[in-house]
Amino acid sequence: MTQPHPARHSASQWRLVWWRFRRHRLAMAGAVVLAVAYLVALFAEFVAPYSTEYQQVGYGGAPPQVLKVVDTSPDGWDWGLYVNGYTDHVDQETLEITYEVDHEQRVPVRFFAEGESYKLFGLFETDRHLIGPADPEGPPVFFLGATANGYDLFSRIVHGARVSLTIGLVGVAASFVIGVVLGGISGYVGGWVDTVIQRLIEFFMSIPTLPLWLGLAAAVPTDWGPMQRYFTITVILSAIAWTDLARVVRGRFMALREEDFVTATALDGVGPPRLIFGHMLPSFTSHLIASTTLAIPAMILAETALSFLGLGLRAPAVSWGTLLEEAQNFATLQAAPWLLLPGAAVVVVVLSFNFVGDGLRDAADPYKS
Amino acid sequence: MWRYVLRRIAYMVPTVFAISVVSFVIIQLPPGDYLTQLASRLRERGEPADQAYLDALSARYGLDEPVPVQYLTWMKGILFHGDFGMSFEWNQPVSALLADTLPFTIALTLGTLLFTWIVAFPIGIYSAVRPYSPGDYLATTIGFIGLAIPNFLLALVLVYLSRLWFGGSFVGVFSSEYAHAPWSVGRFIDLLSHLWIPVIVLGTAGTAGLIRILRANLLDELRRPYVVAGRARGMGERRLLIRYPLRVALNPFVSTIGWVLPMLVSGEVVVGTVLALPTTGPLMLGALRSQDMYLAGSIILVVSVLTVIGTLLSDLVLAWLDPRVRHQYR
Repeated sequence: MTQPHPARHSASQWRLVWWRFRRHRLAMAGAVVLAVAYLVALFAEFVAPYSTEYQQVGYGGAPPQVLKVVDTSPDGWDWGLYVNGYTDHVDQETLEITYEVDHEQRVPVRFFAEGESYKLFGLFETDRHLIGPADPEGPPVFFLGATANGYDLFSRIVHGARVSLTIGLVGVAASFVIGVVLGGISGYVGGWVDTVIQRLIEFFMSIPTLPLWLGLAAAVPTDWGPMQRYFTITVILSAIAWTDLARVVRGRFMALREEDFVTATALDGVGPPRLIFGHMLPSFTSHLIASTTLAIPAMILAETALSFLGLGLRAPAVSWGTLLEEAQNFATLQAAPWLLLPGAAVVVVVLSFNFVGDGLRDAADPYKS
Repeated sequence: MWRYVLRRIAYMVPTVFAISVVSFVIIQLPPGDYLTQLASRLRERGEPADQAYLDALSARYGLDEPVPVQYLTWMKGILFHGDFGMSFEWNQPVSALLADTLPFTIALTLGTLLFTWIVAFPIGIYSAVRPYSPGDYLATTIGFIGLAIPNFLLALVLVYLSRLWFGGSFVGVFSSEYAHAPWSVGRFIDLLSHLWIPVIVLGTAGTAGLIRILRANLLDELRRPYVVAGRARGMGERRLLIRYPLRVALNPFVSTIGWVLPMLVSGEVVVGTVLALPTTGPLMLGALRSQDMYLAGSIILVVSVLTVIGTLLSDLVLAWLDPRVRHQYR
């Protein structure tokens, strides 16, 4: 912005941040991807063709069916969504059934297809799904293949997004509270309190987190329900992950304590709570948001790793980590490499969070240069 | 300098103490007591639990005593006898199991650290010297992706691809024909052909982080007036770069061991499990799954303490390299 923008002088800080963020192309792309991902998670029942319980044992290990728009195989062109069907093949020696995509067969697919009925948000009962086989009585479709047990991988990834995407948010929210409170006290009070909290932070930073996480997660009773497990795992993750945020907050408080406006406010007789929450915190909220965004992907990766190792969430719960647990076996992987696709979802989301976080960090201080 | 060394070592004591307490808490966390579990485990295996043996164990580890006393007994055993407790899953002392797996774990971690440096160093310098060049963008992109891929996924993909392309198994440390063979050139080559996957997988995230740090630091240094002054006096670019800015930018390189090391140790648990390596990670995971807590807690303790020691060493090296760090703590 070399030209002085007329609106620039009267724009609020958030508007300036937004203008700056908008110029960061990768960050904008990341933001769009994340918006789509969270919408998918929100409307998982609608987006997924099937529910997580929908099982077609007869189709275990079926490969992905590519969605096609134009059918050129019969005479001329035929428009319409369809996928190719399967032919099964039984190995005479091992009696193992393998499926192959058969290019002769067509299974028509349509948007807003009729399928299992469900209650969206527990309110509206409907049986429409964003995409699915046109004939609900006909053969099932597996856009991203089926798992060994005959679950639809695409539906499971969509439903798993709910857990995997929220565990980062909930976990970061929890560690945000701990981080802001402890970092704030540390930076504002200073003295021996600061020393103690700093030692605590250094302790957490100097030890390898995963073994500690695993140790704590292993102690969660196995008979706990999925919800209970989900929250316990979140608490365990955030109990260790708050240190980075605390450091940022402390550094900011240390710097702000010396600022003139803080001294002036204090001299005006404003008490510490209002000084902290009314005057100091708002001046670096944008930095806090940036640091928080950068902390979310680490959380998502941690949940994935824990569940992958079998100590995080466990099987009826569907998350990207539990889905990847199935891909642990190399023999399975050789037969069904598409089981790695939940990993691709993890990478895309984590990358997007990193881009958005970087963009926010650059935009957080709109008055700089 | 010596004051700084003493100070850092003194700082380490409460950290190590805290680690030992946390490890002990993890040992105590699962419900049910150790002896009952051990007895039932032995019965499952068809070996009747010898009451005298159980009593001896109970007396040795003070299992009837209150928890703080148990902690002290455990610590005393470790400090004075190198006795970490018994693993009932393996029916062996924990120290024997550690002796089997720890050397390879340390070798793998240090090897990866070396790999991280060797790769990050030239790429980081190149990115800083030619910022916004295609090569820099390539390095940044790969770095971003390297940070975003969970390492177990990378391990799975690499093994899958190497099987597809080269055939053969790359899981474990040795092929079957070399597994129990004596050391030879062939065995060593076989070892190397297996080790590249864990080293790459473990090193990727750290390398990506280091490249970013080195690039940012060196870019900052290159804008300093002394660099401009040197250039104005006709100093060659290469010499100008190596003489000062690189030296200054390298210091954080050493201090990053502080966070690369914990990351490597964390990653080793996952990668070791996926690739079936004889390291402490899979051993710990198995112990946690079967609630063999003395083994699990001891591994957490040893691995964390080693990490802290590694960090301490890197801090000392940094103080030796950088007078500013030394003087700051006088």
